[in-house]
Amino acid sequence: MAQLGRSMDVHVVESEHERTSTGLPHLKLAMWLFLASDCLLFGALISTYVLYRGASRVGPYPAEVFDIPYTSVSSFVLLASSLTMVLALAAIQRGDQGQLRVWLLATAMLGTTFVGGQVFEFTTFADEGLTLTTNLFSTTFYVLTGFHGTHVVVGILMLLTVLALSFAGRLPPERAMTVELVGLYWHFVDIVWIVIFTVVYLIPTGTPGGAQ
Amino acid sequence: MSGRETVEPETTGARARHAGAVTRHPSPKEYVRIAIILAVITALEVVVYYIDAVRDLLIPLLFLFSLIKFTLVVLWFMHLKFDSRTYARFFVLGFAGAITLYLIVLLTFRVFGG
Repeated sequence: MAQLGRSMDVHVVESEHERTSTGLPHLKLAMWLFLASDCLLFGALISTYVLYRGASRVGPYPAEVFDIPYTSVSSFVLLASSLTMVLALAAIQRGDQGQLRVWLLATAMLGTTFVGGQVFEFTTFADEGLTLTTNLFSTTFYVLTGFHGTHVVVGILMLLTVLALSFAGRLPPERAMTVELVGLYWHFVDIVWIVIFTVVYLIPTGTPGGAQ
Repeated sequence: MSGRETVEPETTGARARHAGAVTRHPSPKEYVRIAIILAVITALEVVVYYIDAVRDLLIPLLFLFSLIKFTLVVLWFMHLKFDSRTYARFFVLGFAGAITLYLIVLLTFRVFGG
């Protein structure tokens, strides 16, 4: 049994009745396995985008449509949501339901803001003639960012579900792992955006329509 | 000692017991510090994008910044720094798979393709 000294800032002990061969919670292991598989999904989508970068024969081209300052704000929003998510986890680990709800709601709202920004961006691009089937750039761009956006939406639904559980009194500190699992998924969505922002938006494409 | 402690099941491979090894979680202040660093790096990425003088170094710099941000989020926010190594192995497996897939696709179509 672990020794918990009085001088330490001690968590509520997580009640763990599950017996596993690895000694690790099944759900957490499963979430990491899922995230590993999701790495492969986004790896494939990002590879496809990079593969066809600069190969579009007709415009609009990235430099003509991208608004870097606007997308930078989206990036800051998503990064902030990672902070609020981890603060929510810290709150439930110390048994603070009030703070948990505040930070969960903040995370969901920031995520919604991000998705709203993406929707606005997509509609702006569409108005400028960039639709899903316009050219290779548009197809790979929309599929990649669309899948990411869908992941964010799923994350928001998970956050709202956990928030509802908290309000229903069904999320005691002993069930902090529920919040941790949602947090892992949310942070993964954030790190995927870190890669997308760099590879898709910031790295120059080169001559429009020409090879990279 | 900053941060908090929580109890997770034994990670030694022995049979799980009711309470096991103690893992440390960062404090909220640490999380805020990490978030500030992430924000500063993101700002640097955007600044570097607009500076013509470093155009030749743009791609390496952007990759470096992304790598730092990626690492900070994975190690601190996702707790890999403080959790069992098994989780890290799973994630690295997937990440390495993604990188391998990326390289195979690019090499197949860019170097050997018609």
